[in-house]
Amino acid sequence: MTVKEIFETMEYGPAPESAAEALAWLVDQGDKFGHYIDGAFTKPGKGFDSRNPATGEVLAKLTQARQADVDAAVAAARKAQPKWEKLGGAGRARYLYAIARLLQKHSRLFAVLESLDNGKPIRESRDIDIPLAQRHFYYHAGMAQLTGSELPDTEALGVCGQIIPWNFPLLMLAWKIAPALAMGNTVVLKPAEYTSLTALLFADICTQAGLPKGVVNIVTGDGAVGEMIVASDVDKIAFTGSTVVGRRIREATAGSGKELTLELGGKSAYVVFDDADIDSAIEGLVDAIWFNQGQVCCAGSRLLVQEGIAERFHDKLRARMDTLRVGNPLDKCIDVGAVVDPVQLQTIKGMVESNTAGHVHQAACELPANGCYYPPTLISGLETSDPLMQEEIFGPVLVSSTFRTPEEAVELANNTRYGLAATVWTENVNLALDIAPKLVAGVVWVNATNLFDAAAGFGGVRESGFGREGGWEGLTAYTRPKGKAKPLAKVEAAMGEGAPVDPIDRTAKLYVGGKQARPDGGYSKPVWGKSGLLGHVGLANRKDVRNAVEAAAGAKSWSRTTGHLRTQILYYIGENLSARAGEFAARIDAMTSRKDGAKEVEASIQRLFTAAAWADKYDGQVHGVPIRGVAIAMKEPVGVIGALCADEAPLLGLVSAMAPAIAMGNRTVLVASEPYPLAATDFYQILETSDVPAGVVNILTGSHAELAKPLASHLNVDAVWSFSSTDLSKEIEVVSAGNLKRTWVNNATAFDWSMDHSRRFLQAATEVKNIWVPYGE
Amino acid sequence: MDTQSSESPVRTAHLPQVTEPRNPGMELDLDWVRAIQANTSAIERRAATLPGRRSVKKEYQAAWLLKAITMIDLTTLSGDDTVGRVRRLCAKARQPVAPSVLQALDMPPITTGAVCVYHDMIETAVDALKGTGIPVAAVSTGFPAGLSPFHLRVAEIEESVKAGAEEIDIVISRRHALSGDWQALYDEMKAFRVACGDAHVKAILATGELGSLRNVARASLVCMMAGADFIKTSTGKESVNATLPVSLVMIRAIRDYYDRTGYRVGYKPAGGISKAKDALVYLSLIKDELGDRWLEPDLFRFGASSLLGDIERQLEHYVTGAYSAGYRHSMG
Repeated sequence: MTVKEIFETMEYGPAPESAAEALAWLVDQGDKFGHYIDGAFTKPGKGFDSRNPATGEVLAKLTQARQADVDAAVAAARKAQPKWEKLGGAGRARYLYAIARLLQKHSRLFAVLESLDNGKPIRESRDIDIPLAQRHFYYHAGMAQLTGSELPDTEALGVCGQIIPWNFPLLMLAWKIAPALAMGNTVVLKPAEYTSLTALLFADICTQAGLPKGVVNIVTGDGAVGEMIVASDVDKIAFTGSTVVGRRIREATAGSGKELTLELGGKSAYVVFDDADIDSAIEGLVDAIWFNQGQVCCAGSRLLVQEGIAERFHDKLRARMDTLRVGNPLDKCIDVGAVVDPVQLQTIKGMVESNTAGHVHQAACELPANGCYYPPTLISGLETSDPLMQEEIFGPVLVSSTFRTPEEAVELANNTRYGLAATVWTENVNLALDIAPKLVAGVVWVNATNLFDAAAGFGGVRESGFGREGGWEGLTAYTRPKGKAKPLAKVEAAMGEGAPVDPIDRTAKLYVGGKQARPDGGYSKPVWGKSGLLGHVGLANRKDVRNAVEAAAGAKSWSRTTGHLRTQILYYIGENLSARAGEFAARIDAMTSRKDGAKEVEASIQRLFTAAAWADKYDGQVHGVPIRGVAIAMKEPVGVIGALCADEAPLLGLVSAMAPAIAMGNRTVLVASEPYPLAATDFYQILETSDVPAGVVNILTGSHAELAKPLASHLNVDAVWSFSSTDLSKEIEVVSAGNLKRTWVNNATAFDWSMDHSRRFLQAATEVKNIWVPYGE
Repeated sequence: MDTQSSESPVRTAHLPQVTEPRNPGMELDLDWVRAIQANTSAIERRAATLPGRRSVKKEYQAAWLLKAITMIDLTTLSGDDTVGRVRRLCAKARQPVAPSVLQALDMPPITTGAVCVYHDMIETAVDALKGTGIPVAAVSTGFPAGLSPFHLRVAEIEESVKAGAEEIDIVISRRHALSGDWQALYDEMKAFRVACGDAHVKAILATGELGSLRNVARASLVCMMAGADFIKTSTGKESVNATLPVSLVMIRAIRDYYDRTGYRVGYKPAGGISKAKDALVYLSLIKDELGDRWLEPDLFRFGASSLLGDIERQLEHYVTGAYSAGYRHSMG
């Protein structure tokens, strides 16, 4: 077009970013890549093509890792780890800082390569992905520096296996590698097969930074390589990707003792109240669902608009969609680039085509004739029962529905298996700060969306996974308390015969929903001590588990009580236990035939007092994120926690788990010590007299082996802990995959209950939710 | 209210709303005014990412810059303005780009959108622009503070119209917006509009003095309801003048007003826009938020004095491939 013509039409025209340097780098590498193991690239082997989704062109040939490659990478990481950890935080900080600087120096090369490989607009890789990746290394250089002084009782996990997705290739690499290295771990990372190139460029950066050999190892390949890493001799698996694969990894690592963090899918709610700045909320949707072609795990993909403004909002939204520009990812004047691969494009198409409900609007924008493009799409008027309101599409497709009241908004928003992120738009600070904590999500943005920073943890609840990346809360995923655990032998119940010690029959019942309940099965078992029959306890079955979980789930209001109230109740429990200390001590001694009952009771009272002390002090944080605003890291109760309590310490084991759990606002289903259950059943009398609301603590007695499965598989239980001396860790973790509940199992190792582990329990009893609140008038 | 335009089309190529009805205004709708929201952080984020989202290169950039020139209200508003100074400015308005550059771009002659002066310079400017079709805009109503007696402010408009100004840039009473007295603002604006008669009225909100973006949005709406043909950010005399966030708020108000009434109101950012690159960002903002129809001088103007010089240098760079120097282009 001539200048004169453009003067009339005022069209945008092409504004391409040059790919020359990135392509030249690929040529320099021979357009072929091996793996990066022990500080060097291996010879390229058999593998697959890496393509540019915008054009279909082959960018490079990558190598599919074989078992021997994975083994070599893990061995290199294993060998390098002790020295890397011993280098100390300050020493590691220098390397992380060097990496951050190098990422900065080569930022445009990374950005162009990322857009070529992934199809995301150059604006996003240049202005968002790469700067955030740099920021992550800077931030964690600082964390490494501080680890000695701030985390003195922790140590590195060892070798971490890390598997990352294709939607933010370099950024996810940074989220995984930076904290792992900062805390003294070494890593074996597998980028997604669609998008490995920036990881390989990063390997080059590691060499340039002089990073010791073996600290970072990168192997390429498809899901089969991921499986090899999961099965390999690593101490932790960190995975970001689909919920389906996350669940498989949970099952595969069950009982192995490998630490696990999962950052999985989402169907994040985007709630707009009628007093919102509507134009800004619509612009927010552009950043929510048309960012990275909607291929964002935390994409605000489920729009909920208050009824009164719904029609106008949707009209404006459709008009805005029509001005989005879709096209060449390297064009500096587009909003939406290419979907990552033809396979993903087909998935998106298939999901939208299978939908028959609602009203579909596709942006009236031009699409390039070739390449993996999908138009920005809105499907309005859907109901929660429509599959597309529940299933993650992972494409530029927004679905929407309406609500009437704030309460209904929360209900609809939480009507999902996922719990990654949520967005709230309102100009009313009361409403925003009321709604944000009620949304079941790991991250909530108020009047903004898709804000990220290394200082604020990111991660989900429910089937969006567990663990946080970023912030202080993210470090726990790469450290553990110092010390070696001892093996735990099965504690057997005493056997006996003869008459009861006390002629009056005493059959302890279960404690469910604040009431003593007979076991559903109608069976009991005797409990013997050295002196004879001490009594009977009910044998709970799966229906009793069901009842107990229902009671716990129903006691929701406990999670909304103040820390001050919980403090008082915990003190009261301690006080009442203290009043009957002698009786409890005697009971413990009678069951265990030991003489440490008094000590155990005293320690239990201490645990209650400690939990009481923490109940109003285990505070969240305000993270210093680089915006005018705050990211409030709120500690929230996990929800319903099921625990198989320690066998060897019948009262202390139960109290050690219960007290921190309820102090943080959780509701609990506790399975008493199997061989010595009577301390727990006596204890519910204490609970009954201590103002503990019904359903907050439920106590079952019976076989751990029998109760583990119904409890760990129950889809309304949010976390399961096991300190049982029956080795059930694997079984529990396998079935926990159903709803991806958090697990804490002992893997047949012993806990020293005489020591105070309250901090670990508090941490396990809470989730960190980051609420971003930008402000300014 | 007068919805007709009495100017002849030949002479008024750059005047607002010559091809469609003038905004007649409407009853003050306080429910609408009070319901309007503007979330500052979100608006700033949108404004901050816009330059990264839109880029215009090569011949497109040249064409866009030429378009920008046709939308400039070439302005001089100084106490030391003289007849000579205004004549020189008008000459520049008639021929803002060196003929050699236009020739190289294969473009016919263009002019700026208007010349903007104080009342006393109207006659000089009208005379200097005779036959060009370039309208003279006059700042009025006790510009820049707008605190002279109300009847004098109205009379000033009438005098300026009589002197030949075809566009009147009025300043609103900021105190009405700051105290939330929207009725008073509405009444004032309406009186100004009536005083303007056939001359088109631009309402200067002095956004840097309104305290919040929410107030900017509300004042924009009230002025449009009272019949403003254009809404304009600033006098150029406030410490903060046109910004992208303020512009976003005002053009969103324009869009809402159009959606509701069907009348297109023009937009004029003024003050602080001095680089060609800034002008391109503004144009892309208008294009994306309001649409191409607003990319014409009857609905969009830049209030600027030094912007033209930078655009001229960029155009010469496009033509020659060499970066230009200021002295190569005639002074305005």
